[in-house]
Amino acid sequence: MPVVPPPPISPPPRRARGLRAGLLAAALAPATVLAAEPAAPAGLSLRALAATCANCHGTDGRTRDAAVPGLAGRPAPQIAEALRAFRSGERSATVMQQIAKGYTDVQIDALAAYFAARPQ
Amino acid sequence: MSAARSPLRRRTLLQAAAAGGLGAALAGCATPRVPARAQVVVVGGGYGGATTARYLRLLSDQRIDVVLVEPNPQFVSCPMSNLVVGGVQPLASVTRPYDTLRAQGVTLVHDLATAIEPDARRLRLARGDTIAYDRLVLSPGVELMFDRIEGLAAAHASGRILQAWKAGPETEALQRQLAAMPDGGVYAITIPEAPYRCPPGPYERASLVAAYFKAHKPRAKVLVLDANEDVTSKAALFKQAWRELYPGLLEYRPQHRVTGVDAARGVIRFEVHEDLRADVLNVLPPMRAGALAVQAGLANANARWCHVDYRRFASTAAPDVHVIGDAIQIAPGMPKSGHMANNHGKVAAAAIVAELQGGSAEAAPMLTNTCYSYVSPTEVIHVASVHRYDAAEKTFRTVPGSGGVSAARSALEARYAQAWAANIWGDMLG
Repeated sequence: MPVVPPPPISPPPRRARGLRAGLLAAALAPATVLAAEPAAPAGLSLRALAATCANCHGTDGRTRDAAVPGLAGRPAPQIAEALRAFRSGERSATVMQQIAKGYTDVQIDALAAYFAARPQ
Repeated sequence: MSAARSPLRRRTLLQAAAAGGLGAALAGCATPRVPARAQVVVVGGGYGGATTARYLRLLSDQRIDVVLVEPNPQFVSCPMSNLVVGGVQPLASVTRPYDTLRAQGVTLVHDLATAIEPDARRLRLARGDTIAYDRLVLSPGVELMFDRIEGLAAAHASGRILQAWKAGPETEALQRQLAAMPDGGVYAITIPEAPYRCPPGPYERASLVAAYFKAHKPRAKVLVLDANEDVTSKAALFKQAWRELYPGLLEYRPQHRVTGVDAARGVIRFEVHEDLRADVLNVLPPMRAGALAVQAGLANANARWCHVDYRRFASTAAPDVHVIGDAIQIAPGMPKSGHMANNHGKVAAAAIVAELQGGSAEAAPMLTNTCYSYVSPTEVIHVASVHRYDAAEKTFRTVPGSGGVSAARSALEARYAQAWAANIWGDMLG
């Protein structure tokens, strides 16, 4: 059973390799953020956060073994929904239901945007 | 980052030289030239150090020059190496070259780091070279304290009693000892008190040796002699696997602290219990931070492990020195694992990149750990956790509710374990 849904049939749009995660996160950040919410990670912070996924899913989400699916280039909503479903237990897994509980909503959205923008 | 200090031009020239025929021919066996300085020098090319070197390049967009000092010409993974001990896979299956890391701009120096001169910010190497640094990252792994067990140092030096806890020639040698052991013989593995490198590793090894005996020497026996009160990781899952897969073949005995060995007679002596005899003895002594860290005075926790400022993995004993991986004094719930060392390396690399670029380290870095253990050649269990830096307490804490262990051993997780290895080796080595 794959940990994340299989890739979409139509390939996701490829983005320029040089696009900086920080710019992207800034562009995708919600217009209104509750004062209590921590700021979404951007730039180096976001890259370091995303690196906590790389050990299993490959550097920048490019997997070398399809048993653990890649994350690079997947639509951000698909990644975010999968993480939330693992976190809530709605979706079962061997380990992702345990890992997803370690991340906040803000982090999940930032990670989803980050990996969506990585070239496959 | 100081432009005046940056030896970018020299490094580019060195890389160009290394890419030539001579450099390529010498790669892996000798270091053609050792740079006199680098912005960051990383010591130790294992899970922690190789990851740090690669992520310093990635996170700085190749603007920081990095030297990685590692005596071994190739990386040999400890995780997955119990499959070699159990005769399932050859050592080559857990061995990877450093070539790709080199191609990504990391300068590999295959030598042994012997001393740190913190005031001069210089590292000394065994062959006499020195490398000046702005930042030094030590990922020295563990030193096995053979002298804590009477007779062990000589027995190990003679090859009679192996550790095989640092993957390499001993891993294969231990499999050869098992293959040569007569059916009906006894393999004994002894486990030191925690903390030690890879908490579930001894139990995984015992399981895979039991599987090997079950297939090849059904009258042989595995004895697990543990200094701890109980199995230190994934206890219920290991014990269930032992009951169901290896009844009468594997015996677990807690609270067995080894005090000495008699290699000639194959005898292990304990603090409390009666002496035991075994045919193949695999004695794991207590461990501490790798020798360089101890010699440099960085092991300031019980003279065994290195205290760090966890937010940056900076040594609390020396300026501009970071320590990561198994050598550190762990935070609560933080295992000494390859995966964890990989994550330490990323936090250290991000902090160094931020600081060399004039900024400050991330306020709340994160770590993950996923550790797969084989209970048989085809079935695996895991333990996982997510850790967040707690600024108030200046330590990492596991995120409440995160992490856990497998529901049951499974072939699916054996497949994931292989994928984990492929991806983390790619993540650290490029």
